[in-house]
Amino acid sequence: MPEQSSSAGRFEAVVLPHLPAAYNLARWLVRNDQDAEDVVQEAYLRAFKFFGGYRGGESRTWLLTIVRNTCYSWLQRNRSRELTDSIDETHEDAIIDFGNPELRLVQSTDAQMVRAALTELPLEFREVMVMRELEELSYKEIAAIADLPIGTVMSRLARGRKRLHSLLATRMGIETKGGAA
Amino acid sequence: MTCQETGLLMHALADGELDLTKSLEMEAHLRECQSCARAQKEIHRLSNLMKDSSLRFTPSPTFEKRLRSAVRRETKEKPANAKWWRWSLVVASLVAMVLAVWAIVVILNRPSSDTLVAQEVVSSHVRSLMAQHLTDVPSSDQHTVKPWFDGKLDFSPPVKDLKEQGFELKGGRLDYIASRPVAALVYQRRQHLINVFVWPAKSGSRSTAQASVSQGYNLIRWTNSGMEWWAISDLNLAELQQLVQMLQG
Repeated sequence: MPEQSSSAGRFEAVVLPHLPAAYNLARWLVRNDQDAEDVVQEAYLRAFKFFGGYRGGESRTWLLTIVRNTCYSWLQRNRSRELTDSIDETHEDAIIDFGNPELRLVQSTDAQMVRAALTELPLEFREVMVMRELEELSYKEIAAIADLPIGTVMSRLARGRKRLHSLLATRMGIETKGGAA
Repeated sequence: MTCQETGLLMHALADGELDLTKSLEMEAHLRECQSCARAQKEIHRLSNLMKDSSLRFTPSPTFEKRLRSAVRRETKEKPANAKWWRWSLVVASLVAMVLAVWAIVVILNRPSSDTLVAQEVVSSHVRSLMAQHLTDVPSSDQHTVKPWFDGKLDFSPPVKDLKEQGFELKGGRLDYIASRPVAALVYQRRQHLINVFVWPAKSGSRSTAQASVSQGYNLIRWTNSGMEWWAISDLNLAELQQLVQMLQG
């Protein structure tokens, strides 16, 4: 019926352009192509169901919130192990000494290594890193999507960066050693 | 600012999330403190490294196609939604219907141009009797009245003296009706004054006389030899029709 397709048309116009962001976030959270596609499709159908409640505003934030929630329910169902070892929210290691070692080999580092290191990060750090560094969302948007206080977003980002940094430093050290041997 | 305080702010600075005051404070500290400056640089390096590593995953075109058709399928399987849309359609068509009826009523009630002219004719007739300004050229001689209009109008009104038939020509007057200057010929029948307004008709068609009554006055309008005619008087309709027939003849 025409009136339905016009509603679907509006939905497609507002929500489909954010597919790359939605897919990227889901792919980094569930860490598998096929699962990411399933989760994104489920999220889109949910989003359409709630579309009547969408009152304009940041449609990307709105959609990514649904995508993230869908990812978490999916992880709950299929990989509950990953959700159980929840991180310690203290800020103690948020004060970071990046001084040593420096990522001197950074520009020549294999992108594959960075990808592997980010994939290894615990979920809570990985998601804020992906939203900040890859989707370039603001702290406010990340806080809205992940339903976290901005302070927590900041500290998770700081700790995530520190972990990624040391992971890369270690790997680089291994690579360097391996190369030398 | 001390190194202890810079921890999280370092990241906020790198991410452009600090307000101006805090940014300036931080930058001042970074100029002073080498280890914090180094840490800031590492944050930037890490960010750039991530951006340069093409870490984003992109959905495949086949998935995008599949998703699009899944969304379309879903939209067709939504009876609740359809009901909502149907109701809004019903409401919308009701509103449209009310609007249409209202528009028709307004259009029908709008006075036609003939009615508007008739009102002007009545007003003009009443004013001519009221203001002692019945005629500009008081004459019973048609050869005086007709030339008098020359140069005052862009047409020459037919003027007839019908004294012998009982309608005495009293004179002529300039008037203004239907947004144009017109000729007003004044006749008298016993004590009844008759205004006959003449101006060029828009269409050259000859139409039969139409009588009407407005505010107690009899009005007859007709077109004849390219002229639009309006006769008005408190005279009875039969006698007014006599005059009209003689003017038409």
